[in-house]
Amino acid sequence: MRITHEIEITPTAVILDGQTLTQTETGEKMLIELYRQYANDYPKFFKLDTLSRLGFIAAELLLKAEGATRFVPTEDRAVILANRSASIKNDTDYLETISEGNYYPSPALFVYTLPNIVTGEIAIRNKYLAETAFYVLDKPEQLTPIIETTLNAEHSELNSAIVGWCECNNANSFYAKLQIIWKN
Amino acid sequence: MIYCLAHHIISPLGDGSRANWEAVQTGRSGLRFYTSRFADVEPFCASLFDEPQLFVPLCIHSAEQAISETQIDAASTETVFILSTTKGDNLDLISPAKQIVQHFGNPNEPIVVSNACTSGVCAQITAKRLLEAGVYRHAVVIGCDIQTRFIVSGFQAFKALSPEPCLPFSPDRKGLNLGEAAATIIYSNQLSAVNLHPVWALVAGSIHNDANHISAPSRTGEGAYRCLQDVLQGVQPENIELVGVHGTATPYNDAMEQVAIERAGLAHATISALKPYFGHTMGAAGVLETIICMLTAKKQFIKMLSGFGGVNAAIRLKCE
Repeated sequence: MRITHEIEITPTAVILDGQTLTQTETGEKMLIELYRQYANDYPKFFKLDTLSRLGFIAAELLLKAEGATRFVPTEDRAVILANRSASIKNDTDYLETISEGNYYPSPALFVYTLPNIVTGEIAIRNKYLAETAFYVLDKPEQLTPIIETTLNAEHSELNSAIVGWCECNNANSFYAKLQIIWKN
Repeated sequence: MIYCLAHHIISPLGDGSRANWEAVQTGRSGLRFYTSRFADVEPFCASLFDEPQLFVPLCIHSAEQAISETQIDAASTETVFILSTTKGDNLDLISPAKQIVQHFGNPNEPIVVSNACTSGVCAQITAKRLLEAGVYRHAVVIGCDIQTRFIVSGFQAFKALSPEPCLPFSPDRKGLNLGEAAATIIYSNQLSAVNLHPVWALVAGSIHNDANHISAPSRTGEGAYRCLQDVLQGVQPENIELVGVHGTATPYNDAMEQVAIERAGLAHATISALKPYFGHTMGAAGVLETIICMLTAKKQFIKMLSGFGGVNAAIRLKCE
């Protein structure tokens, strides 16, 4: 397995392939700033919950760094992400809409109360028709055998994957470390 | 391929795979109307345990029953626990998984698969890959979800619930019913470990995204069709006797599945849609419905699921 690009995003720093990107904002505002700087052509971004924004932006920057042709139907690239707290930030936001005395469940929030939505958003943006998977794990290193056995599975058509840890506890506490990884 | 050593279901229809299968054979349904189970929530139709159950004890019960029918050592480093759930224990997925492995004295970190409604099939695919690669010898795959005010209110807000018992693949279908259950399948990479007869082997598994929409399936069933194509490699479609569909009874899901099944050359196969008996048991669905298919089919079947996030999954099981 071969890693070609790597990104790390915290509420105060963005490091792409070892280079720190300079941002003026922090937290969720920084994710919006990154969107405006590096994508800015996908208004649906503003509908996404913070976990999906984090994964979306991380994937955008990885794919910009890769520089390959984008937005064509792709059958050989998977999206395999993991974290420890699933969709807790958005779950908490949804819970507020069903609080006692103020019961007004929001379908727009409910749809993001699953962590695998972030993998779906990346697949939709990039027309990735291969596997998308989300795991909830205690430790990031647990994802390694899962990635290896996914890429090397019998009859697998996969050549590469966007993989990594994508965690969001609240709008100002998140962490992503994503990579583009190749089977050979 | 990997081999099924044992399985277990606990649902409102009974405790044990056989009890649940017999309930289905005699046409019993777990679906009931609830008017005051959860505060503020409109009346709904679902399959719920009479006495509200706790997530971790329910998973442990199901796993214990399945493990007791095998020779495997649940406390061995060669055994991995894989939990399929969407909302876990009150929105926490990792803590209950760790409590389950601690109960069994298992030294490995558990893996939680959270791939929306497809989780129970995806968890079996994860087991297949890890066991075939020799990372572990045995996998205890547990699927479970408990219904809560959180989930029911959300599906109501989404207008996805049917006001009456659901009607999968019917022109009159109006939406889904939720359900709760725990189900366990134990797999091994060694045929010698099997004492269950007939012997069912998980021979193929596939996961594909529609790359279309996070909450609506592709009209042409792109992801589901690709999954079916993959699991049909090396087998003639006419040899598949049964296709266990997702069959949520929402208008779009069932239409999409029908398109994918026809595109894959499986229009001849018997369709198994179990939601009218169990409701949509979410993280349990892929495990529970695979078990019912194993007890129903004679030689070979496919179990497929689709879910939020545009994800689809399918597995093929064959009688050895």
